[in-house]
Amino acid sequence: MATTNSRSLARLMLIPSVVSLLAWMIVPLSMTLYFSVVDYNLLTPGNEEFIGFLNYEFFLTDPAFFESFFNTLLLVGGVLLITLGGGIGLAVLLDQAIWGRNYVRIMVLAPFFVMPTVSALVWKNMLMNPVNGLFAHFASWIGATPIDFFAQIPLLSIIIIVSWQWLPFAALILLTSIQSLDREQLEAADLDGAGPFSKFIYIVLPHLSRAITAVILIETIFLLSIFAEILVTTSGGPGYASTNISYLIYTQSLLQFDVGVGSAGGVVAIIIANIVAIFLMRLIGKNLED
Amino acid sequence: MAVNKSTKLKVICTFLAWSISGLIFFPILWTLLTSFKTEAEAISTSPSLFMFDWTLVNYDDVLSRSPYFNHFWNSVVISLGSSLLGLLIAIPAAWSMAFVQTKRTKHLLMWMLSTKMLPPVGVLIPIYLLFRDFGLLDTQIGLVIVMTLINLPIMVWMLYTYFREIPHEILEASRMDGATIGEEILHVLLPLALPGIASTLLLNVILAWNEAFWTLILTAANAAPLTAFIASYSSPEGLFYAKLSAASAMAIVPILILGWFSQKQLVRGLSFGAVK
Repeated sequence: MATTNSRSLARLMLIPSVVSLLAWMIVPLSMTLYFSVVDYNLLTPGNEEFIGFLNYEFFLTDPAFFESFFNTLLLVGGVLLITLGGGIGLAVLLDQAIWGRNYVRIMVLAPFFVMPTVSALVWKNMLMNPVNGLFAHFASWIGATPIDFFAQIPLLSIIIIVSWQWLPFAALILLTSIQSLDREQLEAADLDGAGPFSKFIYIVLPHLSRAITAVILIETIFLLSIFAEILVTTSGGPGYASTNISYLIYTQSLLQFDVGVGSAGGVVAIIIANIVAIFLMRLIGKNLED
Repeated sequence: MAVNKSTKLKVICTFLAWSISGLIFFPILWTLLTSFKTEAEAISTSPSLFMFDWTLVNYDDVLSRSPYFNHFWNSVVISLGSSLLGLLIAIPAAWSMAFVQTKRTKHLLMWMLSTKMLPPVGVLIPIYLLFRDFGLLDTQIGLVIVMTLINLPIMVWMLYTYFREIPHEILEASRMDGATIGEEILHVLLPLALPGIASTLLLNVILAWNEAFWTLILTAANAAPLTAFIASYSSPEGLFYAKLSAASAMAIVPILILGWFSQKQLVRGLSFGAVK
């Protein structure tokens, strides 16, 4: 029932959002693309020269790239595995009749609201410190040798911290989805004599499949850009043992001032994220239709 | 018999749920408790959960020996400022997409969401250089701008879903009564949409408060919000557990409380509609 008048007004009201997002995308993106093909170091400014794909060649053949690429896969994969496994378990558990469910929900959800630098520092110093940390106290209490988390298993330690932060998200999304499950289906399965295990496999899991896909895709988008947790715990070390692609690009651009190589890395990161984003956009598009 | 069995199951599930959630919550509880201990007690090899001499000395130290309040204020200005500015830009757009739908609306909405999927490192250098050239590095206004832009897609998306829930008929009725578009938005739409707008504001304040990429890259001593200030505890101050805990507690408690009110909005805002 929109009149021509309200149509043009509607278009007018879109302008601020569209223009600012367009500027936010296009201006820096085209600058990144430009920098990625010139020889540009902040320490020697003024002689930017077109050098074709040399920056890409340098970035992609750097052994640090392979290590960080592999670390990124491990980090994303590890966190997904833990948060999905734990999230499904928690969602099923919180869906049962229990006393004080609201309090349990609040406690499970809490880590998501803790700022990344605080989570990382609390885990690093108060829990994982090899001398005074709580885990070290516990290890010596049971007679084991305390682990020096960030020296011996740096990447795994970061995986643990990040999983703690993202488990609430997975659990909450999956719980929301489980609660929309048609109870009559479960009752019918009960009547047919289905046990809890087969009910889970044949009814609950298929119902959750869309939510699981969504959690995987959304978490992946955010996990590809993990940065603060690495910065305050290991600074990517020892060596490159806990450096991911995001952190590698940060060191190359703002610590080594190599704008060209850093930008080439940025383009690579965008391509990797886009592969995941395409699938996520398809899922969103499908849901917008029905 | 049946009652007995289900009660037994309830007891087991309750026990399991409380133990697991207790473990998940423990690091936060531990931080809160440690903030009330002395430094000596904080690193004690036989730490006590509640039986220690409670003290406020750490809070006093953190507040008086560091510009803690400045950073707290930066967090407030940046998160609230960017969320309000974002609402100002997002409400008209969401109104327009929800009530005057065209063939392009869906694509536009999806394009906006897709900007959220751009990895920050992909635009790290340009933003840094632009900020340097325009004198925006380490300023509150600079961070408000960035934070508004990165959360704008989520705000438009959330408001759009809330506005879609408002029945069209009410708006049409007001239009029949001769209300102009401006009156329609101000007197009919806004009151109906207020809960949705408040929820959107709440979630975005939380997201901006905890954002820890741009805040770490673009700020130093002046405009650093708490995310960046706490990062400076990474060493060696971080080894003073009680002070680290007090500084952390003041940074997370306000948001924990807000967060508990925003569980539902979290699903709506961060699942991008991929989950119903």
